[in-house]
Amino acid sequence: MTTPRIRVPSSVKAGEAFEVRTLIDHPMETGLRQQTGQTGPRRMITRFEAHADGEPLFAADFRNGTSANPYVAFIARFTKTTTVTFLWQEEDGREHRASQSITVA
Amino acid sequence: MTRLTRRAFGLSAASAGLAFAAPATLSAQTQARLVIIGGGFGGASAARYARIAFPNVAVTLIEPKTSFVTCPYGNLLLAGERTLPQITHSYDGLKARGVNVVHDWADGIDATAKTVRLRGRATVAYDKLILSPGIAIRWNAIEGYTEAAAEALPHAWIPGAGEQTTLLRRQLEALPDGGVVGFAIPPNPFRCPPGPYERISLVASYLKRHKPRAKILALDAKDAFSKQGLFQDAWNELYPGLIEWVPLNKDGKVTRVDAQAKIFETELGTRHRVDVGNVIPPQSAAKIAIDAGLTNETGWVPVNPRTFEATRARDIHVIGDANVGQVMPKSGYIANSTSKVAVAAAVAALEGRPAPEPTVYFNTCYSHVGPEYGISVVGVFRPSENGFVETPNSGGVSPRGPLAEQREQRRLEALHADAWYGAITRDAFS
Repeated sequence: MTTPRIRVPSSVKAGEAFEVRTLIDHPMETGLRQQTGQTGPRRMITRFEAHADGEPLFAADFRNGTSANPYVAFIARFTKTTTVTFLWQEEDGREHRASQSITVA
Repeated sequence: MTRLTRRAFGLSAASAGLAFAAPATLSAQTQARLVIIGGGFGGASAARYARIAFPNVAVTLIEPKTSFVTCPYGNLLLAGERTLPQITHSYDGLKARGVNVVHDWADGIDATAKTVRLRGRATVAYDKLILSPGIAIRWNAIEGYTEAAAEALPHAWIPGAGEQTTLLRRQLEALPDGGVVGFAIPPNPFRCPPGPYERISLVASYLKRHKPRAKILALDAKDAFSKQGLFQDAWNELYPGLIEWVPLNKDGKVTRVDAQAKIFETELGTRHRVDVGNVIPPQSAAKIAIDAGLTNETGWVPVNPRTFEATRARDIHVIGDANVGQVMPKSGYIANSTSKVAVAAAVAALEGRPAPEPTVYFNTCYSHVGPEYGISVVGVFRPSENGFVETPNSGGVSPRGPLAEQREQRRLEALHADAWYGAITRDAFS
């Protein structure tokens, strides 16, 4: 559970646009959904952030409508070799992190 | 719910079978020419029905193969429970009914001149064309999945003369015990929505008996599928621990394959090595429909939901898997059911009458999931403003519940499935 998966090219050309794909296993349980007449405990990721060498690159707020195992993909473009760090923040303070280095050839 | 199943054929024939008296306007010299391309469930059913309902119409069926191998029951062949001859049907029945069966490829359609060009150079003129060409595989929609790759990683989704299905069967026979059978399953829409899951079930049934340590890895580009609850109940009860199904939202979408190394690579870069790999690839309408300009941006042919006339060409009625049939499934039964409406509408137009109404379309998809274990989904559909809608409170799926409580239901549905197969192949080929 909550294992992040990241897909980025290991190397790109300077200035070339490429796709960053992320997916995290997570129930995204609203606490409102009834299963066999009972609601389960709420558990939600509410914030996703990606930073490029510490600079904000992409961020998103998730709310109740976000599906389980949220998938986020976006396009980026770098001019130098960069380390991208990813952060998923849960409402209750739990955090999940991953990072990937992208070589600019 | 399944009671409808057994009645559906009769209802289907009754709804479309509005037999008209031979019109005075058609003399022997001006006999109307109905040309049908494609001798699968849609085209063969159309030809047979046309001969029965409209004996004054000349019917030509263009089909390159001299016999037809069905997709339905092909999965039983994979499990070793059917042989190729048992799922192969000849065109002799249609010939005996007076259908002019031409064994050649239809290479192109001239919608203005109203002719079909054959590979053998001849052209065939029509007054109305029924086009039932089936599907084409979108090669390289999954990177690396080419016609050559299909020799190592079979699709077995277009039977042809049975080559692909028998290839997959041979690979399963050669699988070492403890090996992994991988499936790549496409997003909607595709031919036979429950087909991949019936195939998984029957391959599991074979493995359980012959290779008990082998596993199935099913990578799916969807998060939900046809009869999902019923299939998953059966997998848990009959094949516990044997099948791993990975949905889209757990990185199930295969985006690249390596045919030589037998690797399925997913959207997020996970590489799965398999011993036998079945790639059920993304699909479109067959090439002839695309070449004739009948398809839209989806790759399928939009049609008038009452007559099946293509919205992009007059006098060409497109039936079967090639059309935009949502919410109806791309199934042999829908091809059969809609073929009769298309033929009745085409002949009515030739005779200057309005298309018959009301039209209703029927579908049942049975799936075998193990020995004496059948399940089904039934749908009743009607035309809407510009598509098809499922009729509320009709149809449904088999009841769920533990096998101990449902054993008789499952056993009977497996028998009904066999009866269905016999009935629909007779309704198309006899």
